[in-house]
Amino acid sequence: MSRIQSPAELEELRKDIISKRDPNKPCITLCSGSACHASGSREVAAKLEEEIEKQGLSAEVDIRKTGCHGFCERGPIIVIRPEEICYFQIKPEDVPEIVTETIKGKKVIDRLLYTDPATNEKIIHETEIPFYKNQGRIVFGSNVNVDPKSIDDYLAIGGYAALAKVLSGMTPDQVLQEVKKANLRGRGGGGFPAGAKWEGSRNAPGDIKYVIVNADEGDPGAYMDRSLLEGNPHAVLEGLTIGAYAVGAHEGYIYVRQEYPLAVENVNIAIKTAEELGLLGKNILGSGFDFVVKVHKGAGAFVCGESTALMTALEGRAGEPRPKYIRSNVVGLWGRPSVLNNVETWANVPLIINNGADWFTQYGTETSKGTKIFSLVGKITNTGLVEVPMGTPLRDIIFKIGGGIPGGKKFKAVQTGGPSGGCLPEHLLDLPVGFDELTKAGSMMGSGGMIVMDEDTCMVDVARYFLEFLTDESCGKCVPCREGMRQMLKVLTNITKGKGKEGDIELLEQLSETAIEAALCALGKSSPNPFLSTLQYFRDEYEAHVKEKRCPALSCKELISFYIDPEKCNACTTCARKCPSDAIIGGKNLVHMVDQEKCTKCGTCFEVCPPKFRAVKKLSGEPVPPRISEEARTITRKSKEK
Amino acid sequence: MSEILVNIDGKEVKAKEGMTVLEAARSAGIPIPTLCYHEKLEPYGGCRLCIVEIESRGSTRLVVSCVYPVEKNLTVRTRSEKVDRVRKMILELEMAHAPDAFVFEDLAKEYGADKNRFEKEPSFCIHCGLCVRYCAEVKKKNAVGFVDRGIRKEISFIPEIAAKECWSCKECFPLCPTEALQAAYVLVGALAFPEASPKRTSA
Repeated sequence: MSRIQSPAELEELRKDIISKRDPNKPCITLCSGSACHASGSREVAAKLEEEIEKQGLSAEVDIRKTGCHGFCERGPIIVIRPEEICYFQIKPEDVPEIVTETIKGKKVIDRLLYTDPATNEKIIHETEIPFYKNQGRIVFGSNVNVDPKSIDDYLAIGGYAALAKVLSGMTPDQVLQEVKKANLRGRGGGGFPAGAKWEGSRNAPGDIKYVIVNADEGDPGAYMDRSLLEGNPHAVLEGLTIGAYAVGAHEGYIYVRQEYPLAVENVNIAIKTAEELGLLGKNILGSGFDFVVKVHKGAGAFVCGESTALMTALEGRAGEPRPKYIRSNVVGLWGRPSVLNNVETWANVPLIINNGADWFTQYGTETSKGTKIFSLVGKITNTGLVEVPMGTPLRDIIFKIGGGIPGGKKFKAVQTGGPSGGCLPEHLLDLPVGFDELTKAGSMMGSGGMIVMDEDTCMVDVARYFLEFLTDESCGKCVPCREGMRQMLKVLTNITKGKGKEGDIELLEQLSETAIEAALCALGKSSPNPFLSTLQYFRDEYEAHVKEKRCPALSCKELISFYIDPEKCNACTTCARKCPSDAIIGGKNLVHMVDQEKCTKCGTCFEVCPPKFRAVKKLSGEPVPPRISEEARTITRKSKEK
Repeated sequence: MSEILVNIDGKEVKAKEGMTVLEAARSAGIPIPTLCYHEKLEPYGGCRLCIVEIESRGSTRLVVSCVYPVEKNLTVRTRSEKVDRVRKMILELEMAHAPDAFVFEDLAKEYGADKNRFEKEPSFCIHCGLCVRYCAEVKKKNAVGFVDRGIRKEISFIPEIAAKECWSCKECFPLCPTEALQAAYVLVGALAFPEASPKRTSA
């Protein structure tokens, strides 16, 4: 392929690509993101190719392996165009039937369709499925249409048009003003206005400036940046190039976790193909603007998501934050002005340029514009990636899109903002998601992790879990973070083990203050959030643990006992057979009892007790009733009388 | 270099542009406690003990004075209820590791810090990084470094370098705020048992 010399040539190439594509030609789209790889999409892909070949359809049917579609709970997902028939949880053995029935026979296979749990109806099209119907996928939506390894696919959906527009008709300042007008705020955590950040770099002294993609997503359970970079790398590159033009940078870096091999692979392919076409490199589209991008693989430290730590790591040193009070957009990478935005922020830029700031700001709230991608995980029916306009209430995300809590359990809290975020309780479910709204409620937007918790989740234990994660990920440079968290984790662990004492909550509050006021970087300053937000909304749980040695969610092992209700036990012996530590005192026709000395509280008896009996109970904060006599244990079974 | 007037604890202090608040305060004889500061080294901002309260552009906040540069119309309070509370906590956290270090004696009295507040884990090292940074920045030898991160972070001499460089230098020993022998101990350990010393990690 030869380099494109002008925006006009780009449009010609685009027309040429589109003209060779027949919109009526059957195309099987298979999601091939990391989540679907885990559920077997590679095997499905191989089978598809084999079957199409076998049935002699290679010339008549296209196969497109795309990035993540978002509905990971039901992957691997196949969408058959042009009819847009959607099949879920495809296994290789389903493939021959799909090819014969749907591709050749034009018939829909009922059993592979989505069944709406509310109405029990089968749904054929993606757009009618509640999970998708209630989203607004302006950024993530393109994933479905693009093979991330194909630049032609990206060009076919209008890719690089924004770059051409910028290079042929906009001054850097006009680009800057458009992004400012759109009020695009950083999707990586802080929500800092991207336009202001860019402007700061543009105006900073120095000839050499940098633009950087933060793809060091490290929150447990979050993978939206991963899926975007894997599924649509050109969108990120295009945004980055536009940003470089606005800022006056000629070098860009993508700092990506090396634990994201597919993202690394796809973005490297994207850079190579974009360079070949003259969309990156020297004299882009004949405009005289030069820009090169390098990929840097991170070494797996959560703290490197912090801007100054990331830049220190890019320089080849240990990833620790800098203590400076000067912003990195003025003094950043190698001491030069450096704009760092995360994957999702960059991917929004081409959309803003193509459609204008006014289009962008129609989505969202007063202070948070556009959409946000969330990683919806935890105790939720529809696990996956969802994109909604800012301002969508949490309730809609969790219940309309997420399908609510599985197993008939009750919603308890949703944790937003990753490990340094906070837990929001049921009475805040109508809170609209936005940067300031979430912060005001004691949590934060973060990069978009959303972990749903049900009634069985102990909030003290949740705080302990996140503190443990953060303690593990602290770089250890400053005292309030390294030593403060060490102590906080000890106290919280003690509380969950029933060793909490009077004054513990106050001590945790004091340690929190020290971290907030004195820690060096954002990781340290926000490290008490898991504790503070759970304390704010679930103080009663803390007090029950400390004062009554009781875990209200019946989850903390050291604070619960398993007990078999003699009135309900039918001596079916199931629990006695399944108990791994031989702690059930059983016997034929004898009510079973738990030997508390031997019990390891693994919960097996609780799980295996047949639902018709429900004899095993968890007790907390109360003594286990004494064992009953052999006589009282005997069950006299009545013969069935008619 | 232009001169900047700052107000520290009610006193007008003349400072040069580019100076930190800590330098300005000390030049005027106003004390601010530090553990990781050294005039020959780049500010590290690790111990956070030099935290002060500033009023700048209409807002009040806490900053660490060893890094924060002086600016026009800056008002600094080196002591306040909040500053003292934070310093007390920092001292108590550090004293869990070096409960009997001389450096903490007067400070603990000054701020009412209780060395028994937290369970003791006497490792002596308080991670000020003075030895590590001095060796890197002044001596340019990098014979001692940090290994691991977070609560597992510790100092370690690199046996290959230490064997060549350290015996004739030992300038880091007296820098250690908690126990000069600590550095000597770690050094001897590294040289005697190079295989057992923790491996350097890259991030």
